[in-house]
Amino acid sequence: MSRAEASASQGSGELRDRSRTARLRRTTFRATLLRNELLTTFRRWRTLALLAVLAAVPVLVGIAVKIETGDGSAAGPGSGGGPAFISQITNNGLFLVFTALAATLPFFLPMAVGVVAGDAIAGEANSGTLRYLLVAPAGRSRLLLTKYATVVVFCLAATLVVAVSALTVGALLFPLGDLTTISGTQISFAEGLGRALLIALAVAASLIGVAALGLFVSTLTSSGIAAMATTVVLLITVQILDQIPQLHALQPYFFSHYWLSFADLMREPVYWDELAKNLGLQALYTAVFGSAAWARFTAKDITA
Amino acid sequence: MGEVSAGEPEQPGTRAEAGEPVIATRALTKRYRGGQLAVDGLDLTVPAGSVFGFLGPNGSGKTTTIRMLMGLIEPTSGTARVLGQPMPRATRAVLPHVGALIEGPALYGFLSGRDNLIRYDSADPAADPRTRRTRVASALDRVGLTAAAGKKAKAYSLGMKQRLGLAAALLQPRRLLVLDEPTNGLDPQGMREIRALVRELASDGTTVFLSSHLLDEIEQVCTHAAVMAQGRLITQGPVAELSAGARGRLVVTTPDPADAARILKEQGVADVVVTDDRVTGEPPERDLAEVTAALVTAGVRVRGLTVERASLEDAFVALTGEGFDVAG
Repeated sequence: MSRAEASASQGSGELRDRSRTARLRRTTFRATLLRNELLTTFRRWRTLALLAVLAAVPVLVGIAVKIETGDGSAAGPGSGGGPAFISQITNNGLFLVFTALAATLPFFLPMAVGVVAGDAIAGEANSGTLRYLLVAPAGRSRLLLTKYATVVVFCLAATLVVAVSALTVGALLFPLGDLTTISGTQISFAEGLGRALLIALAVAASLIGVAALGLFVSTLTSSGIAAMATTVVLLITVQILDQIPQLHALQPYFFSHYWLSFADLMREPVYWDELAKNLGLQALYTAVFGSAAWARFTAKDITA
Repeated sequence: MGEVSAGEPEQPGTRAEAGEPVIATRALTKRYRGGQLAVDGLDLTVPAGSVFGFLGPNGSGKTTTIRMLMGLIEPTSGTARVLGQPMPRATRAVLPHVGALIEGPALYGFLSGRDNLIRYDSADPAADPRTRRTRVASALDRVGLTAAAGKKAKAYSLGMKQRLGLAAALLQPRRLLVLDEPTNGLDPQGMREIRALVRELASDGTTVFLSSHLLDEIEQVCTHAAVMAQGRLITQGPVAELSAGARGRLVVTTPDPADAARILKEQGVADVVVTDDRVTGEPPERDLAEVTAALVTAGVRVRGLTVERASLEDAFVALTGEGFDVAG
C-alpha cells in the first residue's frame, strides 16, 4: 500500500472519530450505563435480600421494646444500656427511626455496603462479564465511576429502607407527637420528621468512605467473595481498633470514628462540629481510595 | 510477513477501499508477571475483508493475543494496531466497530437473554438508546434466540449461551468481528449455522478473525490463516498457499507394488513408501501422464493413480514437525 493511501485512510478515520466523539458525549450525558447498572443492581436477588434484612431490624427492635414495656414502664433502666434513644421509643414512635439507625450503622449498614461495593468490579471479573463490558466498550473510568455512583445510591437506599421501616413500625406500635431533643427543648412532630430525614442523609453519607474502600478492594482481586470478605473484615477490624485507647492518635482517621455524630442533629441548636468532621473524613476516604481504585483499575490486565 | 498481504491476489477490486490491514502487530510481546512469555515478537497482518483463521494448540498464546488486540491486556513491548489505530490507546474509538466473543460467552445468569443484551448495548457509549430495543431484537433474531429471549440466562444450554454471546457481538454493524472458538459447545447443526453466519458476514464486507483449534473448520470458512505455537507465529498467509506449502502425495494403487515402486523411483518420485497395495511418494516435477505411461509400459497393473491434496493439518505437521493437538 502506498504512503498516500495510508494517510488518506487515516484521515477518514479521524473524521469518523470526531462525529463519534460528539455522539459519545451526548449519550454519556444521558448516563445510560448508570441507569442500566442501577436497574441491574436493584433487580438482583442478593440486593433485595440485604435490603430485607435491613428492613427487619427496626421491626425486631420495635417488637422487643413493645414486649419489654407492655406494662407501661419505660424501656431499660433510665438512659443506660442499648442503642441511643431506645428509652424514648415508648413515648414517641419517631424515636424508633433514630434507634434503628444507631443500631444498624455500626455493622448491618456498612456490611451491606461492603458486600455491594466489594462485588462491584470483582464480581464482574469473576463471571467474565467484565471483559465484555470493556470491549463494548464501557471505558474503564466510566465503568468505575458508574459502579461507585451505584454503590452510593445503594448507601442512600439502604439507609432509607431502615428509616422508612422504623417509621412505619414506630407509628403502628407507639404514639406519635411532639418530641424532646437531647438538649431538652420541644420540637413539633413535623420538625422531628425533618430531623429524621437529615439524620438518614447523614448516616448515608457516613457510608461513602466504606463504599470507596470496598470498591478499591474490588479492583484488587477477581473473586467477588474474597473482595466482599476483605471489606467486611476491614470494617470489623477498624471498629475494634477504634475502641483501643492506646491508638488514640490514629482514631480520628478511622472511617467509623465520627459515625455516631448523627445524634448531634437532635440537639437544639444542632451541633455541627463532629458532623462536619465526619463528612470531611468520608470525602477524604472517597478521594484516597477512589484514586487508588482508579489507578489500579485503569492499569490492570483483564485476564479473567 | 508484510508481503503476504501486499501481494494479496484475490480481491484487487477492494484493495483501494481496504487500504491498510484491519489488524497489524509489530513485535507484539507479552510477558506475564511470573516471567512466563505468553506471546513472543508477533508480527500479524490481517487483510481487510478476509476471514482470518487464527490457529494454534491450547496455550499457544492465541487468547493473550486477542486480549491485547481488544485492549484488555497491555503489551510488554511491541505495537498493535486495530482498524488503523493503536491499541490499547484508542479503545473508545476502535471498539464500537468491533464485535467480540472472547473465551466463551459470559452472561448475567439472573437476567433474561434480552436484558443481557440490553446491558451490553448500554455499555457502548456510541449506541443510541432510542433504538436499543430494535437492535437487541434483531440480534436475537439473527442467532435464532427470539423464542428464548425472556428466559433467564442461567437456564440456557451451553449452545444457547454461545449464541447469546454471538448476538452481543452482532448488536451493531461491525467492521471487525473477533470470534474466539465460536463453535465450542454447539451441535453439528449449530456449527453449520455459525459457519453460514460467518460467510454471510464476510460477504457483507466484515473482516472476521476466527480463532480455533479445529483445522477443518478453518479450512472450510477461512480465506487466510496464521498458525501459532508456543507464543510465536509460525506462518501466515492465504489458506490456499499454506496448504500448497505442504505438497500432496502421489498415490498408486496396484497389485504389483514392488515393480511400481522401482518404476516410480526411476521416474523421479522421492520418498517412496509401500504399504500393501498402495505405493506413495512425493509427486515428481514431470507430467504425471508420463509417469502413468512408464508404469503401464513396464507391465505394472494399475488400479488407480491420484495425487492426494494436502490438508491444512498436513501443512501444520510439516511446519511444526508435530501433531496439532500437542499442547505447547
